[in-house]
Amino acid sequence: MSTLAFEDVRVRYGTHRSGLTAVDGVELTVPSGSVVGLVGESGSGKSTLARAAVGLAPVTGGRVLLDGTDVRRLPRGRRPVQLVFQDPYSSLDPRMTVGESIAEALPRRAFGGRQAFRDRKARHGEVARLLELVGLDAGRSGALPGELSGGQRQRIALARALAARPEVVIADEITSALDVSVQGSVLNLVRELQRELGLTMLFISHNLAVVRYVSDYVAVLYLGRIVEVGPAERLLADPQHPYTRELVEAAPSAHGSLLAAPDSPVADAEPGDPHRPPAGCRFHPRCPVGPLVEEARSICTTVDPATVAASREHRAACHFAAAVGDTDTPVPNSVVRTGFPSARSDTLE
Amino acid sequence: MRRLRALLRTPLGVCAVVLLLLVLALAVAAPLVWGAQATAVDTDAIQQGPSGAHLLGTDALGRDLFARTLVATRLSIGLALLAMLIGVTVGTLLGTAPAVLPRRAGRVIVAVVNIAVAFPGLLLALFFAVVFGVGTTGAVLAIGFATAPGFARVAQTLSASVAGRDYVAAARIAGVGRLRVLVRHVLPNIAEPLVVNATIGAGAALLSFAGLSFLGIGVQAPSYDWGRLLGDGLNRIYTNPAAALGPGVAVVVAGLAFNLCGETIAAALGHRTPLRRLLSRTSAPAAPVPAGADDTDPVLRVEGLSVRFPTAVGWAEPVRGVTFTLGAGEAVGVVGESGSGKSLTALAAARLIERPGVVAADRLEFAGRPLLSAPERELRTLLGTSLAMVFQDPTTSFNPTRRIGRQLAEVAQEHQGLGRRGALARAVERLAQVRVPAPAKRAHQYPHEFSGGMRQRAMIGMGLMGTPRLIIADEPTTALDVTVQRQVLRLLDQVRRDTAAAVLLISHDIAVVTQTCDRVLVMYAGRIVEDLPAAELTERARHPYTRALLAVVPDLAADRDRPLGVIAGRPPEPTALPAGCAFAQRCRYATDECRSADPQLTPVGDDHRLACWHPVTDSGADTTDARISVEGSR
Ligand code: SF4
Ligand code: SF4
Repeated sequence: MSTLAFEDVRVRYGTHRSGLTAVDGVELTVPSGSVVGLVGESGSGKSTLARAAVGLAPVTGGRVLLDGTDVRRLPRGRRPVQLVFQDPYSSLDPRMTVGESIAEALPRRAFGGRQAFRDRKARHGEVARLLELVGLDAGRSGALPGELSGGQRQRIALARALAARPEVVIADEITSALDVSVQGSVLNLVRELQRELGLTMLFISHNLAVVRYVSDYVAVLYLGRIVEVGPAERLLADPQHPYTRELVEAAPSAHGSLLAAPDSPVADAEPGDPHRPPAGCRFHPRCPVGPLVEEARSICTTVDPATVAASREHRAACHFAAAVGDTDTPVPNSVVRTGFPSARSDTLE
Repeated sequence: MRRLRALLRTPLGVCAVVLLLLVLALAVAAPLVWGAQATAVDTDAIQQGPSGAHLLGTDALGRDLFARTLVATRLSIGLALLAMLIGVTVGTLLGTAPAVLPRRAGRVIVAVVNIAVAFPGLLLALFFAVVFGVGTTGAVLAIGFATAPGFARVAQTLSASVAGRDYVAAARIAGVGRLRVLVRHVLPNIAEPLVVNATIGAGAALLSFAGLSFLGIGVQAPSYDWGRLLGDGLNRIYTNPAAALGPGVAVVVAGLAFNLCGETIAAALGHRTPLRRLLSRTSAPAAPVPAGADDTDPVLRVEGLSVRFPTAVGWAEPVRGVTFTLGAGEAVGVVGESGSGKSLTALAAARLIERPGVVAADRLEFAGRPLLSAPERELRTLLGTSLAMVFQDPTTSFNPTRRIGRQLAEVAQEHQGLGRRGALARAVERLAQVRVPAPAKRAHQYPHEFSGGMRQRAMIGMGLMGTPRLIIADEPTTALDVTVQRQVLRLLDQVRRDTAAAVLLISHDIAVVTQTCDRVLVMYAGRIVEDLPAAELTERARHPYTRALLAVVPDLAADRDRPLGVIAGRPPEPTALPAGCAFAQRCRYATDECRSADPQLTPVGDDHRLACWHPVTDSGADTTDARISVEGSR
């Protein structure tokens, strides 16, 4: 069991002058054995956060902790956090059989009760087991990625991530390159695996419906900052932050209506530019209940709401977030810092 | 490999390979066959010109120059290859080292290579020749080291691009060491282009070597290579030109052999479809229909449209007999998986299918004009003013080097004869109409200064420069975030209301189409399988595929405790379509009838067409239960 925690994490690329702060002071806990969905638009920094957790992006401030240990200080050769990439066409070496790709990720050294796979036969058996775990025939281990469909490749990528015996799996938009008919089966698999193996998971996607389907909690990222976190069902059914509300309304579904929406001065506002994040609340140039719509709310242009947000299980970084209502049970510390207090079962209702 | 074989059938490929084999065979065999002759001193025949006995004449000791030229092949080629080997090895090491070494050390190497690359190769070779001393070994090392920086640069660029791939990142996350990543992932994936470069480089090394020997700092007597023979021969160029010409030709021919071979391999690796033979067919409309345009006519009338492409295994037909009409002000959505032919259908309607693709149709009319048979010029004007296209990738729809305003204005200048000023004014007006903020300022910006959503708006604005009767939007919002997607879809809807243009919206997202269109065409394997009003889609869809599509997409009300629906299997390849219904393999209602006879699209009620032998009849809540199975595992 292991908890992944982002502590005031900041990721900055480039030089002092022309740099880009892709992730800015993110506090987020992925409680052991649960799935946290991370949503946000392109440029919000969600992939950067994932890459920071596995060491592919520089953590320039704060820490990423696994059970209290900085992931950068973990013993060499131990890779407890694994990432599954978006594009199954570029995440597998085209010249390696899928069996070799999976075998490559098997641990070579034993760690804390984890078995090592040194000899060929043990590896072979393990690869076969993993292939079956992700719903593929063990006989496919000799296939090259080019012989497989997108959905099958994504299964291989999952198997490779699991081969490393991870405690935490980060899935970065793993279904967005797939056809809808295949997406469902990959999502089913992810859920099955997560429940069976008790994985801790950070599930990143721009698709709210997909995130809602697999996640226990949802965190919403906007221009490098978390603007709202809460139990999945509750957050999406009753979003508190204006940006989350926008996302929920804009999500296409067979029942809602995309075209009917009130005209507002910010209806056609451009998405934020991470190179020049606005002052105060970063969402204010687009906020339908913010300063551009309601003049009295000028505080939004100067004071960053993240710093004064209330501490509750469901929290939103907004000066004028809707009242959380009867579920509003303040907890002693910022939950985003200490983890979600409630067990996951009660959020599944 | 297949590509390589295909290329070997071209005359150039054959020439190159034959030439190279000949040169290599000569290098092996010549000393054995002509060795004795080449060293036989004949004091009776000193410095003779060409004759029957001595094709190229003889040298100062009466040795046969022709034999010597042939025998010199081995040394010349051998040394060149050796030098090349050194160059490639050193170069690859230098080029890939930055990927393995710590950052600092890597940077130093990159800097050194960058400096070395700036010097001309021959200059470096001369420099090294002096450093290593005059003689064969020195020359080999000199040329080897002189070519190394070039290779290092190539290897560096190639490995940097491979190192940026996700699979390398994945290996690193999995704890695979840097050296192992280099050997297992990077080297195999850069080997092909490196080999090509080495082959071409061998030709260059041959020339450089000949150069050094010619200058007297290469091969030393009594050994001899082409360069030395050339040097010796040149002293007597006036008395016996053949003595210099022979080795000269040998150098050129051998160099050419290496170069051509390299180019051949490069071409084989680069171009993936050497299908020239199949390209020459053109389209022929089955029945050109005379035009009679008036306003009650549909904007777009498509009957029996098919699109075909040649492939390695024959013709593929990704669009097979599509029929629909689109009235003024109507919005029709086309949905389907990738490969269903939805985009090709739209492209065919815009006359954007390029050769080798072949478009045929019983009827294909836009604004009453037959698209397949009307005169080219007339069509250009018609399409230029009345058809607007919006593509998926807003980064490629504009010319990156020209200002947005000018690109819009161009349309009006070209088709409506507006002046430069007037056209630009109209462009600004149109940008305002598509709600681009500060349009006058924005018109002066370049495409990269626009965000994705803004660019799509500008693209729609471009369509509005004329008087569009049809807007074809091919996955216009797939690359955009949901909030921006909503803005763009709303804009399209508003434009449709304002201008009464018809909209053909292609999307993989059935929810997007349902919410923005009047009618939905569901495509599968190149056919329309169902056509019905969007409002009735969720309740009255009767084709098993449409039902399945609706069931697999989770929405914000999906039951989280039940597995999502899936459609097992894959669509058939367009080159291997089954005899009956193309969906039969994946359809749970499939019967023998489905597998033998292809269902046609037929009306089944008001505004509803269907191609299925066994339409689903019960309304709503079905489809998710029994179709839960694991995709692709069998
Ligand atoms: S703080 Fe103000 S601008 Fe920001 S989301 Fe809340 S209301 Fe809108
Ligand atoms: S024709 Fe048969 S196989 Fe095809 S969709 Fe209908 S029931 Fe299924």
